[in-house]
Amino acid sequence: MIKGNFIDNLPKVYGIYTGGFLAFIIIMAIGEQMGMTSKTIGICFVAFTVAIYAIIGYLSRTAQADAYYVAGRQVPTVFNGMATAADWMSGASFVAMAGGIYFKGYGYMALLVGWTGGYVLVASLLAPYLRKFGCYTVPDFIGTRYGGNLTRFLAVVVLTVASFTYVTAQINATGTIASVALDIPFQYAVYVGLVSILLCSMLGGMRGVTWTQVAQYIVLIIAYLLPVFWISNKMGAGFFPHFMLADEVARIGELEQQFGFVKNSAGDLANVPKGLAGITKAHSAVNATPWAFISLALAMMMGTASLPHVMMRYFTTPSVKAARKSVGWSLFFIFLLYSSAPMLATLSKLSLIDPSLPTGIIGKSIAEVQAIDWYQNWNQANLMFVSDFNGNGTLELNEFFMGGKAVVLATPEIAGLPYVISGLVAAGGMAAAMSTADGLILAIANAISHDVYYKIIDPKAETAKRLVVARVLLVVIGFAGATIAAMEIQGILGSVIWAFDFAMSGLFFPLVLGVWWKRANREGAIAGMALGLISGAGYLIWVRNGGSGFLGITQLTFGIFGSAVSLVAMVVVSLITSEPSAATQRMVDEVRVPAGRSILGKQ
Amino acid sequence: MSKQAQHWEKTRGLLIMTLAIWFVFSIGIFLFGAEMNEMTGPFGYPLTYWFTCQGSLGIFVILIFWFANRQEKIDEEFGFSERGDD
Repeated sequence: MIKGNFIDNLPKVYGIYTGGFLAFIIIMAIGEQMGMTSKTIGICFVAFTVAIYAIIGYLSRTAQADAYYVAGRQVPTVFNGMATAADWMSGASFVAMAGGIYFKGYGYMALLVGWTGGYVLVASLLAPYLRKFGCYTVPDFIGTRYGGNLTRFLAVVVLTVASFTYVTAQINATGTIASVALDIPFQYAVYVGLVSILLCSMLGGMRGVTWTQVAQYIVLIIAYLLPVFWISNKMGAGFFPHFMLADEVARIGELEQQFGFVKNSAGDLANVPKGLAGITKAHSAVNATPWAFISLALAMMMGTASLPHVMMRYFTTPSVKAARKSVGWSLFFIFLLYSSAPMLATLSKLSLIDPSLPTGIIGKSIAEVQAIDWYQNWNQANLMFVSDFNGNGTLELNEFFMGGKAVVLATPEIAGLPYVISGLVAAGGMAAAMSTADGLILAIANAISHDVYYKIIDPKAETAKRLVVARVLLVVIGFAGATIAAMEIQGILGSVIWAFDFAMSGLFFPLVLGVWWKRANREGAIAGMALGLISGAGYLIWVRNGGSGFLGITQLTFGIFGSAVSLVAMVVVSLITSEPSAATQRMVDEVRVPAGRSILGKQ
Repeated sequence: MSKQAQHWEKTRGLLIMTLAIWFVFSIGIFLFGAEMNEMTGPFGYPLTYWFTCQGSLGIFVILIFWFANRQEKIDEEFGFSERGDD
């Protein structure tokens, strides 16, 4: 099925797949009517989708280096866009983003702008040129453009630091969802998640990951959009929420005025379970300084353009032209979900706080709220909490607390949708976290197997041996990630943002200047990567340990400092050392035109 | 000037234009976030709120496709486009 004219049949294959998935949802809905328990439905959703991914992973098995590293460079534009969107949208985007908007409003929405605007940089500065280069990995480009094993090695170091920070968060997310859906302890669920992730990538490498990511995108986008549209219609807010929620947004503003944001005392807050928050920020008003907003958006945009697991997706397209278009499609598919997250946050918030809606709980008596079924369920899951701080027996806005994940996970239930939707949302969250984890683990394993093992340690290794090394690394890195995820050190969103900052500190300018500045040389790149990463990490450690920071750069935007150091170091060191060889300059010239064979294809 | 140098000059011009538009909608407008939010934007949302939810995001999508088409034209003009792909 995967061989021969599989590529020509892609629309048909994924069309049948989508139809099959919709049929499965309907079967589950019928099952629910006939008395299937919610637990069984949850297990069916997760087990069924993971089984499909595993089958795709098995069918994509390969013994060729080209297929393993870059999916044979034959992934069509639109499908690569879908795969990139799944690669990109992690558990954080799926589960945590709407919650972040719900609680933090405008200040948080810098992430929406940052995580989309970065693709303009990817399309215009990097992707087409790296595709022309014909590399297997991002360090492959750095190593060949600047020359020498040290540049290659430093690029692998930056890649590993950034991607590993990111991947523990994703394995954590798969574990959270698996533990809820399958009802097993988190410590074991993490490894269930890991095994599912490895099933997709072990046998087929990039080829397996590509075709599972397309399948995962279809699941996650259906799982995100269906509830948003359904809730909006059920509430009578409008059949197409994106264009029709202005009244609801205004209504939230009115209610905020009416209730006011009462500040709770520290003593009262001490009773609230860890990780839950109340509504303390305005929904649609501008509540952050321009620099706070812009610096976060800028850090995320430059980080996007430096994250290797995204960049390597554009190595799989058939041509340079296709790589450019494919970036556009990626962002289109991402846009579908990102533009829906604020709508979900609006619907969720209004249905909870508006006393004139049947679902509203603010203004009801505490005892009444505590008797609601869904409140009891989510309170038990430690995601919701109410407490009568002022002792008047009525629930006030400042007395209601919720976890960020609950906005996506609990809203369908609050709005009175059937349980089958909650099962679907669990499958979607699982797909989002798995697809990103797969891309990241593969990026790390490929960089170490290709750049460190094959290019530096044993350049004569045969293909079969290289692929064995790549697969062993995949498993080792996966287990290391899962082990750290099981310790639950840092929240999902925090580590995701750090990953962007690490990547931009060490890689943004060495990548961009490699194409756009011919004078950039090896010494400059070494200084840029090493000093960028060290100063970025140093700033993070300093701020974490009580340092005051400067210029309003926080622990979420430390990459701005790191990349500035990287730029200065790279330019200064390049200019005081000799210019790159004539051969290198010719190579840069060739990278800049799409025509002709790829640089590495010639060697 | 060689054909290749001319091609690169045009490519760089397109890059600057693309990044200028990108800058306006990712950074520029948010310098005036508070003032702009007083205005009503498309579909009746407050203007800054609309840009963060949909506006800037949608503009980035269109911008990338526009950039890709323009770059293709430049490549064709100088005979640097690839043959027989996608």
